[in-house]
Amino acid sequence: MESHATESLLRWIVLVPLLAAAVGGLLNRRLPKQVAGLLACGAVGVSFALSVTVFLRLTRMPAAERFVSDTMGTWIGFGNLQIDLGFTMDPLSGVMALVVTGVGFLIHIYSLGYMAHDEGFGRFFAYMNLFIFAMMTLVLGENMLMLFVGWEGVGLCSYLLIAFWFNDEANAAAGKKAFIVNRIGDFGFLLGIFLIGTTLLPHLAEGEGLFSFRTLQHHAGIMAPVATAICLLLFLGATGKSAQIPLYIWLPDAMAGPTPVSALIHAATMVTAGVYMVARMNFLFVLSPTAMGVVAAVGVVTAIFAATIALTQNDIKKVLAYSTVSQLGYMMLACGVGAFGIAIFHVMTHAFFKALLFLGSGSVIHAMSNEKDMRVMGGLKKKLPITFWTFLIGTLALAGIFPFAGFFSKDEILWKTFSSELGGVLPWALGFLAAGLTAFYMMRLVVLTFFGENRASAEVKSHIHESPATMTMPLVILAVLSLVGGWIGWPHFMGGGAWFEQWLAPVFSSGHGAAAHGAAVHGAAAGEAVHDTMMEWILAGASLAWGLIGLGVGYFVYMKKISIATSLRNLGGGVPYKILLNKYYVDEAYEGTFIRPGYLLSKNVLWKIVDAGLIDGLLVNGSALVVAITGSVLRLFQNGMVRFYAWSFTIGVTVFVLYLSFSG
Amino acid sequence: MSLITDHILTWVTFLPLLGSVLLWTIVRRDSHARIFALVVALADFVLSLHLWFHFDSSRGDDQFVEKVAWLFNGQISYHMGMDGISLVLVMLTTFLGPLVILSTWKAITDRVPEFMAFLLFLQAAMLGTFFARDMLLFYVFWEVMLIPMYFIIGMWGGQRRIYAAVKFFIFTMVGSVFMLVGILYLYFQAGSMNLFDFLEVALGHEAQLWLFAAFFLAFAIKVPVFPLHTWLPDAHVEAPTAGSVVLAAVLLKMGIYGMLRFAMPLFPDGVAFFAPAISILAVIGIIYGALVAMVQPDVKKLVAYSSVSHLGFVVLGLFSLTPLGVAGGIFTMIAHGLSTGALFLLVGVIYERRHTRQISEFGGLAHEMPVFATFFMITTLASVGLPGMAGFIGEFMILFGTFGSETLAHAKLMTILATTGVVLGAIYMLWMYQRVFFGKLANEKNKGLPDLSLREIAVLLPIVIFMFWLGVRPGLILDKVEASVATVLAPLNGGPILTDDPGHHALRAEPEPGQDHPVFIVRDTENQ
Repeated sequence: MESHATESLLRWIVLVPLLAAAVGGLLNRRLPKQVAGLLACGAVGVSFALSVTVFLRLTRMPAAERFVSDTMGTWIGFGNLQIDLGFTMDPLSGVMALVVTGVGFLIHIYSLGYMAHDEGFGRFFAYMNLFIFAMMTLVLGENMLMLFVGWEGVGLCSYLLIAFWFNDEANAAAGKKAFIVNRIGDFGFLLGIFLIGTTLLPHLAEGEGLFSFRTLQHHAGIMAPVATAICLLLFLGATGKSAQIPLYIWLPDAMAGPTPVSALIHAATMVTAGVYMVARMNFLFVLSPTAMGVVAAVGVVTAIFAATIALTQNDIKKVLAYSTVSQLGYMMLACGVGAFGIAIFHVMTHAFFKALLFLGSGSVIHAMSNEKDMRVMGGLKKKLPITFWTFLIGTLALAGIFPFAGFFSKDEILWKTFSSELGGVLPWALGFLAAGLTAFYMMRLVVLTFFGENRASAEVKSHIHESPATMTMPLVILAVLSLVGGWIGWPHFMGGGAWFEQWLAPVFSSGHGAAAHGAAVHGAAAGEAVHDTMMEWILAGASLAWGLIGLGVGYFVYMKKISIATSLRNLGGGVPYKILLNKYYVDEAYEGTFIRPGYLLSKNVLWKIVDAGLIDGLLVNGSALVVAITGSVLRLFQNGMVRFYAWSFTIGVTVFVLYLSFSG
Repeated sequence: MSLITDHILTWVTFLPLLGSVLLWTIVRRDSHARIFALVVALADFVLSLHLWFHFDSSRGDDQFVEKVAWLFNGQISYHMGMDGISLVLVMLTTFLGPLVILSTWKAITDRVPEFMAFLLFLQAAMLGTFFARDMLLFYVFWEVMLIPMYFIIGMWGGQRRIYAAVKFFIFTMVGSVFMLVGILYLYFQAGSMNLFDFLEVALGHEAQLWLFAAFFLAFAIKVPVFPLHTWLPDAHVEAPTAGSVVLAAVLLKMGIYGMLRFAMPLFPDGVAFFAPAISILAVIGIIYGALVAMVQPDVKKLVAYSSVSHLGFVVLGLFSLTPLGVAGGIFTMIAHGLSTGALFLLVGVIYERRHTRQISEFGGLAHEMPVFATFFMITTLASVGLPGMAGFIGEFMILFGTFGSETLAHAKLMTILATTGVVLGAIYMLWMYQRVFFGKLANEKNKGLPDLSLREIAVLLPIVIFMFWLGVRPGLILDKVEASVATVLAPLNGGPILTDDPGHHALRAEPEPGQDHPVFIVRDTENQ
């Protein structure tokens, strides 16, 4: 293996939040709130500063050598199996580290205000820091198993934070659901790891770490024959974490957690882990056109599927949650058509504007005395001016309006989908359609929340107020990022340099070498699309116009002509509306096909009939009864004579042994 | 000092027995008995540390050997020895010993000296079982172990304690009888009761099948392997907390240990013949145990069934016949000992306060007992194999080893089915946790329950520390067992067998220095 720079700062990016979590968690209520808050925010701040330091060091290296590592020794070493405890940063994990710690830091600050009056203040921040630790392990982990540690770790924090207000059992149930659905994904992920390991292990040289990403990339060709199976198994894991069909069902329920959690974990960072993992393993995915096709198809179908549900939801956070599912679908679509760099670009811009939107909704909920139903909101524009304007910026970014951040990343995804060999007109059309729906449901949300008259009770109305500075300041910063954050990906056809994609290119171009081995996907690996500037302009224009139309129609329907909404609702006897409102009844279908029958089978058949009846009743006690009839065991049972027998046994053995000892 | 260090295995084994005798005869006051038992158990732990620090990890054969001719001109000998596999199980036993005693401080108020005497007696028998290298000696320890456990369940247990104790006794006795016949057969072939003489006996194919079946039955009941498990939930539910902890943490491992030490190296043909069937039973145990655990209304019974599932993983790892799977099995034994031991301790805590273990009686306990809830959460996560904690390492190695096994039939399918246990484990544990700790505190009887006392924290904290420590530094265990695993598996591939004769060093299956052994195959045939 080539030598590379070591950077012992890396471990502290990960460990500082862990230490803070430990201290905060152990002292918990003994720590004054100010100290606990300062500790938690300070830890993430340090983590961010260190990430920036190492990132800057990467920028000063030659493009092909941008890689630093920090190994803390062997984790699992057995025979020729060698798995290290270590961290690495390359351009891809560098970007992720900045996003996670940067956005994470802002959300920590915001939480100071949002959670100020919560009695679980200390516990909340301990969990949040633990989350940053796990997420950074996921991002910076040197090998697949380290990634898996972070992967399960973020799942755990998600579970703890969704169930944070465990007083309400619904919250606890939502947390459990998230963990278990993710475990179903992990089932695939683990099997993928095993398949990689068994394929690769016999070929490794002495001391090469199995599962190390460098090793995997170096030997990708060996895995070509089983690449499809590996990638599909790993992708099952990704559908769990990144809330794709069929495992997306946990994410909307996850909104039961405090809103900063929804922003940090269930929008900006953790849910993008699946996308990150697929991008990280790009050298394997490009070996399998089948797997790429599945990724793209699942992505685009999820994008449109979730967007349709978002049209009808009344809970402000649920709309944003389905929107997140939909946007994650776009990211997967980008991966599936080979545009891994663009997928990560969208991860970043989405982190900015979706965190902004969630925090904005938190500010609204805060002002509305914890009300989440948009039907009783309205007219908040005047009373929450900072929240309103920043929210509007987030909406424009999500709707893909030029020059906001979302325009650049989403437009690139659609263009790559259209132009890549792995994409085509149909996936493009679906993605395009979903983009219009996105603009529409976001404008619906904005109008229902901020425009018109306030529909709340007088009691609630009297308490409406703009949030404190700890909450509005992060909103403003994220709003700025939602505006300018896309500009680093200014595309070539508009005279830019697509700098973001170039920065990531070294990570994704190596797919070529592996592809040559397996001779699978030509050119698509680096998202090398046909350069047709004319077409690009046309599609970008169309998508901008389409976004504006979506916004316009949304505004018109909900602001001017609410009767249209009513008649849409009654379309087809109200059946389509009802299906969407009830989220296609997917939860009910899972409940009816897997959960309920599984429970009943276990309880009534396995436990009561097989275990208690068949095995224990018939075989065990049955044979005892047979013995009892011929002998007298049963009588001994009842007389407590077995105690006597046990004593006889003890004494007998002792006497026997002593006798033999002295006579032998 | 050398008086102790030259006979260290004897000291470690018989010190608790000595303590037990003194508890019967001299130390008769309840308060004295508690302190005395704790001191003895701590002293035993300190003695066993000598083993840990002086063990040579590079060797796969027995160390600290003591061999004295005993009966019939030395055909039967007092032969004690310890390899890496014995070492880690012994450490688990002596580590948990004092903690278990400390946990009974308030729970046991009736006939305290007797109870402590039985606990120490049990510990001595378990340790002897791990050290014995003479089959008669082993058999005596193995059988004697039943007695204290029988009384612990039968005298200090719950309402149906007699039924459970007798069931436990008879189940194990039935299996042991078959093993005894097998041992006697081998004795007449080998002309000695020594394990290493047994290993050199050339057995016919058919004889191996029968003997393997006889040994396996005895061990499978102890594990317990599906469908021989129904004594376990009854025993656990009726046993007092300390009994459950020892039962789950150490006693069940006797079965696995027996397979690994005796049934597998002695009868390679039997292993080859039965491995596919056993692995199927193991996988059934994993899934079945988890599903039945899921629907239990009693927390303790839930944990008992979860043991059936966890031990299914261990058996699968063993019969993957790969070094990785076997080592993963050993690791899981330790991890399960810690997590399930802690779970029973935690269940005991709540039982002491509420005298019920019905899940439906609880809910919202996290409000009243936040420290307890935290310990319970950490232990729950350890039990479901969260990466970073000990349980994950073992499960990962077992599943990975099985997936890569070239000997086991349908290894890939077995792994896929077994991996569903990872999902099911999360379901039954988290669902139980939710119903006990989350939600509103609805039941009035749970109001004002005291949180963990310092003593209870002192019992749990060391276990929790090791759950994390072993998860981050699994080498602590793996380095100790690696060479021994290679030795134990060597006969399965026609490799050299181990002898206890110092002149036969050439026959030892030691890892060649500087070269790592492949983890999926028993021996690297290309290098021979």
